[in-house]
Amino acid sequence: MAAVASTTATGEPLLKIRELDKHFGPVQALYHVDLDLPSGQVTALVGDNGAGKTVLTKCVAGIYQPDHGQVFWESHPVHIRNARDAARLGIETVYQDLALADNLDIVQNMFLGRERVNAGLLDEDSMERSAAETLASLRVTTVRSIRQPVASLSGGQRQSVAVAKAVMWNSKLVIMDEPTAALGVVQTKQVLDLIKRLRDRGLAVMVISHNLNDVFEVADRIAVLYLGRLVVQDKASAFDRQSVVEYMTTGGTTRSGGTPTRNS
Amino acid sequence: MARLPGTADVSGLPPEQAPDLTAAPEAAQAEVPPELVAQSLGEYFRAWLARIAAGESGVLPVIVAMAAIVLVFGAISPNHVFLLPVNLVNLFQQSAVFMVLAMAEGFALVLGEIDLSVGFVGACGAAITVQLVQPLTTNWHWTLAILAGVLFCAAFGVIQGTLITRLRLPSFIVTLAGYLIANGLFLWILNFGPFSGYPNLAGFSDNLHVIYYLMWGTIDPNVSWGLAAAVVLGLGGWMWYSDRRRRTSGLVAPPASLTLIKIGLIAVVAVVVVAICNTNRASLGVLEGVPWVIPIVLAVLVAWTILLQRTRYGRYVYAIGGNPEAARRAGINLALIRTAAFALCSLTAGIGMLLYASLLGGMSNNVQGGQYVLYAVAAAVIGGTSLFGGRGKALHGVLGGLVIGGIYNGMFLMGLSVQWEYVVTGLVLLAAVTIDSLSRRGAATGSVARV
Repeated sequence: MAAVASTTATGEPLLKIRELDKHFGPVQALYHVDLDLPSGQVTALVGDNGAGKTVLTKCVAGIYQPDHGQVFWESHPVHIRNARDAARLGIETVYQDLALADNLDIVQNMFLGRERVNAGLLDEDSMERSAAETLASLRVTTVRSIRQPVASLSGGQRQSVAVAKAVMWNSKLVIMDEPTAALGVVQTKQVLDLIKRLRDRGLAVMVISHNLNDVFEVADRIAVLYLGRLVVQDKASAFDRQSVVEYMTTGGTTRSGGTPTRNS
Repeated sequence: MARLPGTADVSGLPPEQAPDLTAAPEAAQAEVPPELVAQSLGEYFRAWLARIAAGESGVLPVIVAMAAIVLVFGAISPNHVFLLPVNLVNLFQQSAVFMVLAMAEGFALVLGEIDLSVGFVGACGAAITVQLVQPLTTNWHWTLAILAGVLFCAAFGVIQGTLITRLRLPSFIVTLAGYLIANGLFLWILNFGPFSGYPNLAGFSDNLHVIYYLMWGTIDPNVSWGLAAAVVLGLGGWMWYSDRRRRTSGLVAPPASLTLIKIGLIAVVAVVVVAICNTNRASLGVLEGVPWVIPIVLAVLVAWTILLQRTRYGRYVYAIGGNPEAARRAGINLALIRTAAFALCSLTAGIGMLLYASLLGGMSNNVQGGQYVLYAVAAAVIGGTSLFGGRGKALHGVLGGLVIGGIYNGMFLMGLSVQWEYVVTGLVLLAAVTIDSLSRRGAATGSVARV
């Protein structure tokens, strides 16, 4: 078992993945992956294209079923069979495409699929109040009106709405797939600040990113996938850019810093 | 951050002062509905104008079209007969069919699909109703006959919807097949009984009369006024109350003056319609009062508006029309919602064609089911429903149906032959689709960040 998996001061990590395997036909997408996601920390999952980042995310989010391996949620073994199971545990995923309906407004998107109803009719007032509270608590204040259609928002605002949608449900783990990929400088900063606020609230955050600037800006921990294997995970301070790039491209490092979880 | 070569130093500013390239430019800002950000009436109108300039015209084109129809046909129809109460009431009655069919089509269009079968599926349902109430044969009570007709339509819609959603067949093809099948079924249903294929609503039977009165029955003028007052007070009171509650609790709400203007417009429309209908429009004897068909259309409008705007079901229909993938990830049962929408579409078509049967005083093989589909699509799009999915309201069908009905009626009064009516309707449809498409393109280029 991974000896170096860093745990928080409170003990066990929120989510613990052990020996997770997933293949698609002859392709082994994930091989014996061990990963810890502690509360109150941002874990960056990095890796080259095809390393298996998205597959791993989807296994956690309930979209894919792993072939082997165990997932522990708050130390209890769990089977996440679908997105609803994940939501029930408190796992929310913000996909790269954000999954927002452009024609609906911010409130409608945030409550999509979980609308509050009163006597069969939508309780818009109550939903609008809660959405406004959530946005305010995340300090998403740049939108002109909470009732404007998502089509009229900028990229950073859309990302913020997607994140707010994810954290509104007492979620404990938020997974974000390339949250800054399509954003400019200012908007990237907005989103990174937002991620830090999630951590400060005590949530576990997993960020998938290609952008090492962002990773070092925001991550407390870094985990590197290489060809379906999780080659290393450790505190961000244990890495430098060079070593992360080496792990990403070769699966190992010649330098000090970061302890491999397994010889690969 | 990787920058394109040559763009790095254009601004010459440090990063924190560099222009935010992903910020929504003016065009996207203009997309925000004005009532959301305006604090006063003046602000509202400025925002509204900005929105029209950006291509988001809302119901403006349909209002302009209506005004143009009234002015043009009012001026050029022989002896200005277009504007006579008798003709205007006639126009409401003819338009009612287009309105209800357009509301039906709206369910498919909001999903981003199309239903080509509404004309003949509705005609089948209406033919079933007309056949069942015939005293010479089955002599069913009118409630049961109507129920049987619309349930047939709903069942037809469920089958079409199931094929479209479960087997993932394109709605265009499935409903094209449905159109042909329903056309055949319709002719087959007509041949039952001793009516030589023309079951009609003339005769001495309460059940026949009720179906006939759906279109031709009138409400006593005094009762008409009372009903209109009740509608205006009820609707206006509810609008005022809910907007005020939202304003006082700090939620997004339009300025009070705007709510009052909207209520005022509803009152004006109600008074004008009732005043026109309450004029004696018979050349001999007395024919006055609001025809039954107006409250019937209103009831359909209110029911479908509540369903689409105020229930989870409606919200999911819009979500699927806007982004099916987002809806799927939100745990929405796409197949169920879409199948139900096709069922509601066919069911509403059944109501529309029942009104048509009442207008004709019976059913015959002259029913132009294919043409009525095109009118239904045209009316919905003219009213402001998008052909591309995600946008549209029941009200759009009513407004668009009035435009189509106005053209239909006006061209008839001019004595122009039917080919010109087709040409003009086609041109109006083209204009409506162009506006829809342009506003969509304007919105797409407006927000740079859309990926």
